[in-house]
Amino acid sequence: MGQKVLLKGNEAMAEAAVQAGCRFFAGYPITPQNEVPEYLSWRLPQAGGVFVQAESEVAAINMVFGAAAGGARCMTSSSSPGISLKQEGISYIAAAELPCVIANMQRGGPGLGNIRASQGDYFQAVKGGGHGDYRLIVLGPAYVQELYDLTMHAFDWADLYRNPVMILGDGILGQIAEPLDIRPYRPIAELPAKDFALTGCAGRASRVVKTLILQPADGLVHHNEYLQQKYRRIEEELSLYEEYETEDAEILIAAYGMSGRIAKGAVRRARQKGIKAGLIRPITLWPFPKEPFRRAAERVSRILVVEMSSGQFVEDVQLASECRVPVEFFGKGGGWYPLDTEILEIVESMQANPSVWATRKD
Amino acid sequence: MATFTRPRTLKETITHYCPGCGHGIVHRLLAEVIDELGIREKTIGTAPVGCAVMMYDYIDCDMIECAHGRAPAAATGLKRVHPDKIVFTYQGDGDLAAIGTAETIHTANRGENITVIFINNVIYGMTGGQMAPTTMLGQRTTTTPEGRGMHGEGGPIHVCELLRSLEGVCYLERTAVSSPSDVLATRRAIRKAFECQIAGKGFSLVEVLSMCPTDWKLSPDKAVKFVNHEMKTVFPVGVYKDK
Ligand SMILES: Cc1ncc(C[n+]2csc(CCOP(=O)(O)OP(=O)(O)O)c2C)c(N)n1
Ligand code: SF4
Repeated sequence: MGQKVLLKGNEAMAEAAVQAGCRFFAGYPITPQNEVPEYLSWRLPQAGGVFVQAESEVAAINMVFGAAAGGARCMTSSSSPGISLKQEGISYIAAAELPCVIANMQRGGPGLGNIRASQGDYFQAVKGGGHGDYRLIVLGPAYVQELYDLTMHAFDWADLYRNPVMILGDGILGQIAEPLDIRPYRPIAELPAKDFALTGCAGRASRVVKTLILQPADGLVHHNEYLQQKYRRIEEELSLYEEYETEDAEILIAAYGMSGRIAKGAVRRARQKGIKAGLIRPITLWPFPKEPFRRAAERVSRILVVEMSSGQFVEDVQLASECRVPVEFFGKGGGWYPLDTEILEIVESMQANPSVWATRKD
Repeated sequence: MATFTRPRTLKETITHYCPGCGHGIVHRLLAEVIDELGIREKTIGTAPVGCAVMMYDYIDCDMIECAHGRAPAAATGLKRVHPDKIVFTYQGDGDLAAIGTAETIHTANRGENITVIFINNVIYGMTGGQMAPTTMLGQRTTTTPEGRGMHGEGGPIHVCELLRSLEGVCYLERTAVSSPSDVLATRRAIRKAFECQIAGKGFSLVEVLSMCPTDWKLSPDKAVKFVNHEMKTVFPVGVYKDK
């Protein structure tokens, strides 16, 4: 057991990065993730690393591109509008297969939106975001401890698969302070040597990190096929989710991150009222944990998706449950979040009217 | 007797550059300087988006190809994690002074200990001859068919003059490759810029006035005259900062 401290999510994530050996961070201020660069501005130098406040998110992601190519464990963080700016760089990093960690503590959108928590960047995170056919490994933590633990794993998965990993949090998770067990870092697997790293070509042939593939004419097609094979392998190997009270559940709630955490409270309340509700809370958002939904679709009568957006994650739930049971939706965009009592109300009406869609229209 | 041979840092291959293009000359000078300073095995270069995007096919050291305009940011990341290595960027005018202006200014302002080789050919070479930030007033390009005008397009950006005021900058020189003496001056300037980096002095940049006969729609010999007679008047060669 490590030391117990009280830290905000943003700080916990930053500390986890340092513990995991991250030695380069570049970022640009944006609420609600400012504690990440603020924390790392003193913590990284203390650990022998480098913190750079970049002139923009565009510069920040490209600094990470360079640091990752140099073989360092590195990270950047931002919130929604800043993550939009990073997309070209993320596409390059994915194409060049450079390991790095990118955190998005989402806020309300579109546009400048607001600084309340949101899950409106789900599609951007899990379906691409930047140009071209690539995938990020996307993690959706719901608790500060989980954020801390997953951040450490994120660096390992990035190295293991030579792929950028995105931590898809939100403003609440970034700002909430919870007791945290500062667990020491332990690699989850034996990690491959960084034989791509640009370190100067002493004693070896020179190396090139690039994403332009013109020759042969079908070279880029082959690179894409290779990337897709890698993504299939990640899909086979990586699937994390929490199941809560699903064994005998009739009404299944599907929610991730902060809405997953709130939904868990609703399930608890429903159970107290004798309603057989359960929860599946995906933790890896890409790869999406399809299996628990496939299984649940055989048992439950309905699924309720709760999401802090106008409906993005819901599409993956529909796909994963293969539309075998009706999927209802409770969510709004713009920095809105559900209350457990509101979710409970919907669950109750679903229970009372088994054949009627209970989606709230207010 | 000295013999003219291929520098170790220059790969034995034919470049894709057009006849009369300045990129090839600067590549050779860069390779010669890297050899001379004996830094090939500790040098990491960044290729731009522009005609020199594939310069890693010609320059034999570790290299990274960056997004358009972002080479100084990538170089910052590389240099900060490998402070003992020599890091350079090689960028065109569109890359450095249009899309990447913010990265250029802030990398210079932070005094990043890197060397920038800036190829100013007053045009977008790779995309077929559109207006560049350095395109001269009155100069015709595919997007300024009537010639660049002060009103609407603005005048050419003078990069050395612009960067001179920044504290983090230690060395700025504008040179050309349009005559043997200009080529030698460029070679000296590139060497000086790398020496600044080796001495840990901060940001160094060499702006090279370079020929693009293809997009200027001039023969190689006329392109050389264009540099000597027109470009040097608008962009005076010389040392702009040396501290
Ligand atoms: C984000 C982005 N925008 C535009 C382009 C297209 N593009 C490729 S090269 C180039 C201009 C290059 O001109 P310059 O930097 O002057 O270099 P030169 O080709 O003249 O050497 C542009 C606009 C791109 N690759 N990426
Ligand atoms: S288009 Fe211009 S800059 Fe590009 S290779 Fe040809 S001459 Fe050189």
